[in-house]
Amino acid sequence: MRFQNNQTGAVTGESCRHCCIKIQGLTVRLGGNTILDGIDLHVHCGDVLAIVGPNGAGKTTLLRAILGEVPYEGKMSSLIGGVERRRPRIGYVPQKLQFDLDSPISVADLVVAAISKRPVWWGIRHKALENVKRVLSVFAADNLITRRVGELSGGELQRVLLAIAMTAEPELLLLDEPSSGVDVQGLALFYQLVRDLKKQHDISVILVTHDLPGISAFVDRIVLLNRSVIAEGSPKEVLSDDKLIRAFGPSLWNVSSLPAVTVEGGL
Amino acid sequence: MIESWYKLVDLLLPFDWGQYVFMKNALLAVLVITPVYAVLGTMVVSNRMAFFTDVLGHSALAGIAIGVLCGIHDPTWPMITMAVILAILVNVFKGLTRASTDTVLGVFLAFMVALGITILSRQGGFVKYTKYLIGDILAVSPAEITWLVVIFFIVLIYWCVAGNALILTSVNSSLARSRRIKVFLLETSFTILLAVVVMLSIRLVGVLIINSLLVLPAAASRNFARNTQAYTLWAVVFSVVSGITGLVVSYYWGTATGATIVLFSVGCYVISVAAGRALPRLTKIFCGNENKISQ
Repeated sequence: MRFQNNQTGAVTGESCRHCCIKIQGLTVRLGGNTILDGIDLHVHCGDVLAIVGPNGAGKTTLLRAILGEVPYEGKMSSLIGGVERRRPRIGYVPQKLQFDLDSPISVADLVVAAISKRPVWWGIRHKALENVKRVLSVFAADNLITRRVGELSGGELQRVLLAIAMTAEPELLLLDEPSSGVDVQGLALFYQLVRDLKKQHDISVILVTHDLPGISAFVDRIVLLNRSVIAEGSPKEVLSDDKLIRAFGPSLWNVSSLPAVTVEGGL
Repeated sequence: MIESWYKLVDLLLPFDWGQYVFMKNALLAVLVITPVYAVLGTMVVSNRMAFFTDVLGHSALAGIAIGVLCGIHDPTWPMITMAVILAILVNVFKGLTRASTDTVLGVFLAFMVALGITILSRQGGFVKYTKYLIGDILAVSPAEITWLVVIFFIVLIYWCVAGNALILTSVNSSLARSRRIKVFLLETSFTILLAVVVMLSIRLVGVLIINSLLVLPAAASRNFARNTQAYTLWAVVFSVVSGITGLVVSYYWGTATGATIVLFSVGCYVISVAAGRALPRLTKIFCGNENKISQ
């Protein structure tokens, strides 16, 4: 019954409509294969757009294209206060870190490395440390400052990465599989933080996920992706489309079993 | 310049070994190059590039061989050219294929070593080149030391400019890219720097153990360091201490200096493993808060 509690209408109403991120005809070809074909996305600021799709649907490639890591055809633009720019400023929260968990990098090191020019290995000054605490405190992560990054739980790491992403003052926030490796409580806190953020800042949020049921209460729109956009709409519309559920249901919902119960209830 | 160093050693180190010019030169070389190994090593270990640096070291053989074919007497430049090409190639390959980097590196390693040995062993002449396998830091010349000092400052400046970007990239390259860091440029410049340092060291410590000198101090430091500053600092301490100890001890033992240094590095590593296990417990007992030690 989560759909009834959905704040979609209220949140969309709050959107300023003066800013948005537009992606038009985005096509990615790699080695003769078309991975993504003519993707059109339009995200208003204050909106959270979820991109869902089965494995191999091109979700990660879409993220990488938006990040500028893979070459693409098509157009990406950001409209902020009536001014159009080619590439939006992006805050990126990666799904996982590819580094060695034993790495002696403290949370403070990571934040300072991202936001400061002064080399971390030279030592972090008291003033910088205060700054890091301030940045992290917004995301309930200031108590993690001396911990090693590899020791953090999934939820803690995610909040630190979100804090770092927000220091870039992004116009577009990209969340890669925010629900993987994070417990239910951690995820609720994370979504609450993102919800607060979009209220306070002019940002659009795109998240890529497997966990469709888990995020449906939190997002404004869902895009079902399978090389091209299969369906797009509010969570209620997408989740109540029988055809889609039959076609994509099993592959989308076999990942997290617990929230799936909620969805069945909602349908 | 070098004269005042000799006088300084005479003044401060009135030991048996300190009276020889070759030992004074070697000591200066060790003091300059070991911190460089330590600092570069921290990133090599963090980025899991230990195998890559090993391949780099071994590519010296191919460099020497090509130098010989071209009739170049001093193999330093062919070696550096070869290693830099290799560094760039590996970086490009890493971006192109999704194949395991290990496999790609394995192929490069085989090719470099085989090419080197094949060319150098013509008419049974390989024995001439075995000095490049174990190196001889005691034969270091003041001119070579000047190069080491130059590379020391280059690495220092590089680390000041790119240190933070390297940390971020080692954690997640997409994250780094989203912070407008030019990841390819960064990684390529780092590997080129690494290639130059390794090649300048071949004559000093040899193909076989250059990798240990890069990897061991950082590996030892990781066993208990909890932040980047401690990691870097302890790696430098381990590197310099085992460098000086290895040099002096090799004088008395009459052994190859590079290998003796590595033995002491291994010693540091073993101690660090023990310290890494004991430290959290000791801290708990004495401070009651394990975070205190990390800052």
